[in-house]
Amino acid sequence: MSDAVSALGGIEYDGVVSVSESPLQGMITLRCDLAAPILKETLQTTLGLGVPGMRAVLTKDAYAVAWMSPDEVLVLVPYESAGALAAALTAGLGEMHSLVVNVSDARALFALKGDGVRDVLAKIAPVDLRPEVLSDAVMCRTRLGQVAGAFWLVDDTTLQVICFRSVAAYVYGVLTDAADKTAQIRYF
Amino acid sequence: MSTRLATGGRLIDRTKRLKFTFNGTHMDGYEGDTLASALLANDQMLVGRSFKYHRPRGIVASGAEEPNGLVHLGEVGRFEPNQRVTTTEVFDGLTASSQNHWPSLEFDIGAINTHLSRFLPAGFYYKMFMYPQAFWKHVYEPFIRKSAGLGRPPVEADTDRYEHFYAFVDVLVVGGGLAGLLAAKQAGITGAKVLIIEQTAQWGGRSLNSYQNVNNAPVDNLVDQLFSELQAMPNVTLRRRTMGAGIYDHGYVLGYERLTDHCPDAPGPRHRLWRIRAKQIVTATGAIERPLSFAGNDIPGVMLASAVRDYVDNWGVSIGDRTVVITNNDDAYLTAITMKNAGLDVPAIIDTRAGGGGALADKARTLGLRVETGKAIANVEGRKRVTGVSICAQAGEGAVLQRINCDVVAMSGGWSPVVHLWSHCGGKLLWDEAQALFKPDGDKAPTGADGSPFVTAAGSANGEMSLDVCIADALHSGRVAAERCGYKSKAAKIPVISELPTTPIEPVWIMPQGAGVKLRSKAWLDYQNDVKVSDVQLAAQEGFESVEHAKRYTTLGMATDQGKLSNINGLAVLSDSLNAGIPQTGTTTFRPPYTPISMGAIAGQARGDIFQPVRATPIQAWHIEQNAYMEPVGAWRRPYCFVRGDETHTEAVAREINQTRSSLGLLDASTLGKLLVKGPDAGKFLDMLYTNMMSTLKPGKCRYGLMCSENGFLIDDGVVARIDEETFLCHTTTGGADHIHAVMEEWLQTEWWDWQVYTANLTEQYAQIAVVGPNARKLLEKLGGMDVSAEALGFMEWVDGQIAGFDCRIFRISFSGELSYEIAVSSGQGRGFWDALLAAGAEFNVMPYGTEALHVMRAEKGFIMIGDETDGTVIPQDLGLNWAISKKKEDYLGKRAQQRPHMTDPKRWKLVGLETTDGSVLPDGAYAVAEGNNANGQRNVQGRVTSSYHSPTLDCGIAMGLVLNGPDRMGEVIGFARLDGDVTEVKIVDPVFFDKDGEKQNV
Repeated sequence: MSDAVSALGGIEYDGVVSVSESPLQGMITLRCDLAAPILKETLQTTLGLGVPGMRAVLTKDAYAVAWMSPDEVLVLVPYESAGALAAALTAGLGEMHSLVVNVSDARALFALKGDGVRDVLAKIAPVDLRPEVLSDAVMCRTRLGQVAGAFWLVDDTTLQVICFRSVAAYVYGVLTDAADKTAQIRYF
Repeated sequence: MSTRLATGGRLIDRTKRLKFTFNGTHMDGYEGDTLASALLANDQMLVGRSFKYHRPRGIVASGAEEPNGLVHLGEVGRFEPNQRVTTTEVFDGLTASSQNHWPSLEFDIGAINTHLSRFLPAGFYYKMFMYPQAFWKHVYEPFIRKSAGLGRPPVEADTDRYEHFYAFVDVLVVGGGLAGLLAAKQAGITGAKVLIIEQTAQWGGRSLNSYQNVNNAPVDNLVDQLFSELQAMPNVTLRRRTMGAGIYDHGYVLGYERLTDHCPDAPGPRHRLWRIRAKQIVTATGAIERPLSFAGNDIPGVMLASAVRDYVDNWGVSIGDRTVVITNNDDAYLTAITMKNAGLDVPAIIDTRAGGGGALADKARTLGLRVETGKAIANVEGRKRVTGVSICAQAGEGAVLQRINCDVVAMSGGWSPVVHLWSHCGGKLLWDEAQALFKPDGDKAPTGADGSPFVTAAGSANGEMSLDVCIADALHSGRVAAERCGYKSKAAKIPVISELPTTPIEPVWIMPQGAGVKLRSKAWLDYQNDVKVSDVQLAAQEGFESVEHAKRYTTLGMATDQGKLSNINGLAVLSDSLNAGIPQTGTTTFRPPYTPISMGAIAGQARGDIFQPVRATPIQAWHIEQNAYMEPVGAWRRPYCFVRGDETHTEAVAREINQTRSSLGLLDASTLGKLLVKGPDAGKFLDMLYTNMMSTLKPGKCRYGLMCSENGFLIDDGVVARIDEETFLCHTTTGGADHIHAVMEEWLQTEWWDWQVYTANLTEQYAQIAVVGPNARKLLEKLGGMDVSAEALGFMEWVDGQIAGFDCRIFRISFSGELSYEIAVSSGQGRGFWDALLAAGAEFNVMPYGTEALHVMRAEKGFIMIGDETDGTVIPQDLGLNWAISKKKEDYLGKRAQQRPHMTDPKRWKLVGLETTDGSVLPDGAYAVAEGNNANGQRNVQGRVTSSYHSPTLDCGIAMGLVLNGPDRMGEVIGFARLDGDVTEVKIVDPVFFDKDGEKQNV
């Protein structure tokens, strides 16, 4: 058995903002009726978190739950505990029709840090990033260059970007290209 | 000659001298010069040749409307054709050269066409190139291809970088002239988020050349004040050198920012394409002066009156010493006054209006200038440069009254609002009879999804040509735009303007009014495409009455300038020929972009490594380290074969197969689709998706299945593993994973929305490795951790466990016919597991194999491949896969389609194996020939090759193909056509070439 590795081995870039591949992040896809009381109860007992409203991200300690679609949330947990917590969530939901599956290894996660995170992201994602429109704690599922992706703002200078693992190098490529110091736009 | 004046030029910095070359000649310019002003300062009036007649062409305008001044710019990786000299800012080291001539700009062989113009009228191409038919391919087309286009295409890769930027605003103002600045401020003070873009490097637009006072101070002061006010507003963004290229549905606008065109050595992207979503758009795009149509109006030295004035005002350049002004409106008098004030000679101002002009005309007379009213130009003299004009009565037929020596003709036929952006998204136009111009119809603005307007025109772009009305209109537009975004606006204080009394324009479309054919066929409408007044009249005469037809017949306005100068004049001539009103004739359609934008800007950052996303498996790095030869499979790159030393690809593939069949091979199968399907109705759902029965599969077991489209055609295949009572894991082809997932979601969301099924795409969660060959079990047993014996894990079973400490799921499935285990571990451990297998497999001389070995081995076993045996027209029954089609099921996707007569036709070609009698390899895709020819004189066919390889195992060519009545013709020899025309003899055989009883995989 060997240690699990992330797609790009924690690669880093320093530009208008810093772009770094985060260590492996536990991610669980949970699909069910989001209005079901048992979901609320299960998330509360397992993670201490509620059910996020549309596009919301709820965070507590090392856990977070993000709304992904009307019947899907993404549960963020430490990588090592993803398997066990997926099993616990499955058990908690009991007989209710649901799908809970560990997708930690199917993804790559990047952290963007710096004053220009909105400027950088606006070059590759067709999303209204104005602070008055997009504040923290909103999950955006969108397009990053030519591939599907998602992101949320942790605060005004920190952005988390998720993509599929197989295209991690491409997403890192477009992020660093957009963060090139000679291409600073200072729009936001 | 044109030259730099000793003083003047508000845009240039005479302390900063720049060097550039034109056609290899070294020239000087100043910072702030455009290439046009710098060329003119160096007496380079001749800048190119026209498209059809190769006529000498000089600069006509001073802005984006310039039709003639198109040059090759830059060298090698920065070479670009068709760059407009009037919008190119000069920088130190610029190199430019002229286009569309041979051998030289001064002497051009193609100019002979001008003497043949009688034989090259409008529609010449359509008439001439029809006959004789054979001439098209061998004579006409090569000739047309040779003469097509103005500039040369670049041959080197572009060395610059480009990017996109997405912006979302309340109000976008296109145009940074006085109207745009006022509208932006008026919108900005409401709190709306405003973006204002200006195509040039300066704010203020043409207001700065109007010599007018606002609030008793020069208009420049107001521009400066507005600019600093806007800069101070946090909700307003200003971008210069950014052109509004196009307006599209839902307030989508493309902005084209030229960041380093004026300083190519500066770091950073060259162009940035702004992809803007605006709630409201204000088009403050100004107006363009129209030429007049008189004989010889294309001779270098004939320019727009405003341009002649701009070159003096903005860049301190005089076009010539003696300027004759020809006009039908008051504005051009300003040019005469400017020339006079600059110390230049103005021999005459020729005003076509019998009554002459207003206050400006009086001023001109006061300066001692000669004004001729009711007169026109009969002819311009000169070839490469104007030498004089003959004047006549506008009302007459062109009898010459007098000849005047001059080297510049400054013409003004009135002004046309730039309505392009207004029109892009459906805004309608009104013909303003009094001002003789098309202007936006405020009642028929472009409308958004809710049916309400989202574009407002402002200032002269809205047809408001006098400064006072223009300012009031701009303020109003800014207010309206902000209000439509839901902001509360404030009333604006309208500045005081002392407007001079003017005399209205009197439209002139043909000069003189009664010009005969001789004059009309020398009066140019479209300078770039060589369309003359006589051509448009001919089009009308030949029945091309619609303006769109006339445009295409004559090519009027179809050049790279898209008819900015020629369209209105052309359609007025057409109206006149048809005896119809101008509004009845209408305009051609305005389409984006406003002026051409670079290919690089469109591509953005998509170049080099990030040209397109390339998917990589967790084991990709190893493949690359081994220098594997990669091939694209969907968006993935997969190893085709792992070449060792001096091997050829064929040798590498043979080695990989032989080693796998005799000992042990490894395949990175991570790219295969892995779709999790879960829910109480999952079994029922899969029974509908697959042709065979999946609901009866027991947990722990695997089953191969086929998927068809609703039309019955085979779209995907793969192994389904039942995980538990409610859960299935469906393997798909590499290329089909995303599509099949989408198919599943579509059926669940649109048709079977009440079925309790959820899906998840787990393709990338796992690295999947096939351990294949007689020693596969020995390798896993050596690594240890779980029982993989035939008893514990039978063929088509799966089990969870651990191998060498790796958590894994093992599927005992085989696509090669060998003993085979496909092992899934989490992606994060994929490379570690691969390395462990390689290390432990060394004693069996393990060899990773690529996709080609995979293909050959499956073909040896007669397994079909989606995309080889299928092409979207093949149903499972064609492939002899009836065993995988359930007869018990009431329905599955494709079932009904497969029952239609064409699908059950016994004459459908069916899958068989093909064995060449001489052991050679058949060409892939080759057709089996049949007797006789079809109605088109082509040989009849009776089958085709779907896969063909050299089998190292059998040491001969093997192939599969679809053949008429194939399965009933076993042993028969038929012929397959080769590319060289020969026919290869092929025996029809069973498609399973190797280990027919499956003994090797079942051990």
